[in-house]
Amino acid sequence: MAGNTTPTDFGNPVINWIDKRLPVFTMMQKEYGVFPTPRNFNYLWNFGAIAMVMLMVMIASGLVLAMHYTADTKLSFNVVERIMRDVDYGWLVRYIHMNGASMFFIAVYVHIFRGLYYGSYKQPRELLWILGVLILLLMMATAFMGYVLPWGQMSFWGATVITNLFSAIPLIGDTIVTWLWGGFSVDNPTLTRFFALHFLLPFVILGVVFLHIAALHVSGSNNPLGIEPKSDKDTVPFSPYYTVKDLFGVCVFLIIYAAFVFYAPNYMGHPDNYTPANPMVTPPHIVPEWYFLPFYAILRSFTIDIVIPFTDIIIISSKLGGVLLMFGSIAMMFILPWLDTSPVRSARFRPLYQKFFWLHLAVCITLGFMGAKPPEGIYTVISQICTFLYFAHYLIVLPLLNKYEKPLPLPPSIHEAILAQKK
Amino acid sequence: MGNPHSHGAQCSHDAPQKHGQEECPDNGHDESKRDFIFISAASMAAVGTGVVAWPFVATLGPAKDTLALSTTEIDLSPIQEGQAVTVMWRGKPVFIRRRTAQDIELARKVDGDATAFNSLRDKQKDTDRVKQSTFGGKEMPQWLVMVGVCTHLGCVPMGQKPTDMRGDFDGWFCPCHGSHYDSAGRIRKGPAPHNLAVPTYTFLSENRIRIG
Repeated sequence: MAGNTTPTDFGNPVINWIDKRLPVFTMMQKEYGVFPTPRNFNYLWNFGAIAMVMLMVMIASGLVLAMHYTADTKLSFNVVERIMRDVDYGWLVRYIHMNGASMFFIAVYVHIFRGLYYGSYKQPRELLWILGVLILLLMMATAFMGYVLPWGQMSFWGATVITNLFSAIPLIGDTIVTWLWGGFSVDNPTLTRFFALHFLLPFVILGVVFLHIAALHVSGSNNPLGIEPKSDKDTVPFSPYYTVKDLFGVCVFLIIYAAFVFYAPNYMGHPDNYTPANPMVTPPHIVPEWYFLPFYAILRSFTIDIVIPFTDIIIISSKLGGVLLMFGSIAMMFILPWLDTSPVRSARFRPLYQKFFWLHLAVCITLGFMGAKPPEGIYTVISQICTFLYFAHYLIVLPLLNKYEKPLPLPPSIHEAILAQKK
Repeated sequence: MGNPHSHGAQCSHDAPQKHGQEECPDNGHDESKRDFIFISAASMAAVGTGVVAWPFVATLGPAKDTLALSTTEIDLSPIQEGQAVTVMWRGKPVFIRRRTAQDIELARKVDGDATAFNSLRDKQKDTDRVKQSTFGGKEMPQWLVMVGVCTHLGCVPMGQKPTDMRGDFDGWFCPCHGSHYDSAGRIRKGPAPHNLAVPTYTFLSENRIRIG
């Protein structure tokens, strides 16, 4: 970056002095000022910037909360209540952090489905996409551990259920779980290590986000047409066009976020988590936070043991099967760039893919609703059908579409497509 | 190192590529020696990293004080027939149920019926799940002692209180993911892979047990 930049005159001697020695201003000018960006972004392209703002909000509010928090099974629940009642504006910062997690996931899920619709994961952006999936995984780990910290009933039982997933690993599973817990159940050692990791992981996320953006600035952004910009007519400088558009989107998003914080701060939470953790009583209905529900439904959809025929030897127990499916559902996203090899990116020009995209979105949302239901009767059946459809989308539909779909003709360039639309 | 008598500085180990076309008879010998040094240095570095990493990994396991809390004694005399109590052992609930004759009969019916027994996911006879050792000349199949943690994902099943749901087999029911256990604590329906675990315990007297 630094090697091939020529000194820019910023008209301010102090800035020039710094820039000559450490060209941060030149870099910002290049990457965020004049950076050529496709001129046809729609509002879905706001969600990367929105997610970035949410990460900052979470780090800032989390830092303040950490200054008042104590990780101890005897104290944590009360200490969080103290933040809510006694610390000046503690309630505000905690509600910002609590709802911020949900809003961060909303932003990221929209960002992901935008990528799916417009084929943003395709060549040459595979690594950019994979870094994004990695960020999602890190976010899930961070959110899960953060939810344990208030040490309510859902904290405790959520932690118990999720850490027990690892006991499904054959032979060494139980040893691993004991090691994860630092004891024979979720207890103080578990809480303290979760706090340490919950503090660390956001900075790891920040690091991966930096790589994600660095990779983005190598390939440039995708756009709703899914064709690469061919000339200056196809692009506009990032600033002021998209700085302003992103700011507008961020403002709208923050208004919705503030509405939750001030008017429905517990809407996305569970009342059970305002009951102190009790290792002797499981709440009748354990549900994870809404952003995990589709994965939770997939976990519970595997209800049979796979055995070697005519023997009792179980190859895959229903428990291991569920865990494999759940991790498999995320693995699908990692290998997606190699499952969908159609050269056409945007679903606008892929009539069949477009239909399957909406089906896939409906399947994911249905799985979310099923994850919140008790695992019995019709709910299990619907979860199983949707789990099948989820995997079928990646492993059957996408490879078949590569072969049989006939895409619509692509426009010659972005600006010609826009001009044609105007007529 | 090397063989300075025959080659001098031109065949130095550091820069064999500088020889150009000039023959350097000792080259092959040098290369294999360098490989050996590389491999042994890398192996030592790997071993050293492992040795340093191990204490960090080991700190996360159960500490001595956690391990020390591993036995507990329980007085059974206040428990009436049909009643159940839950006690804490190693941070986990332990279920103790004083089963009725009907509970025992229901469980043992499966023991005797070959098809029913073979349909069990985790095949265990009821007689193997209770202490058969006698104390004061009495058998004690009424006492069922189990770790009250669902073998699926670790929830505490319901069925200890008289008002709780007991599932389809009149034993325990796990509300998290719908596992049904029978009156011997055996998994009969739902995702759990194993029967409720029977901890190590001994009868200290007719009315007293020690778990752990």
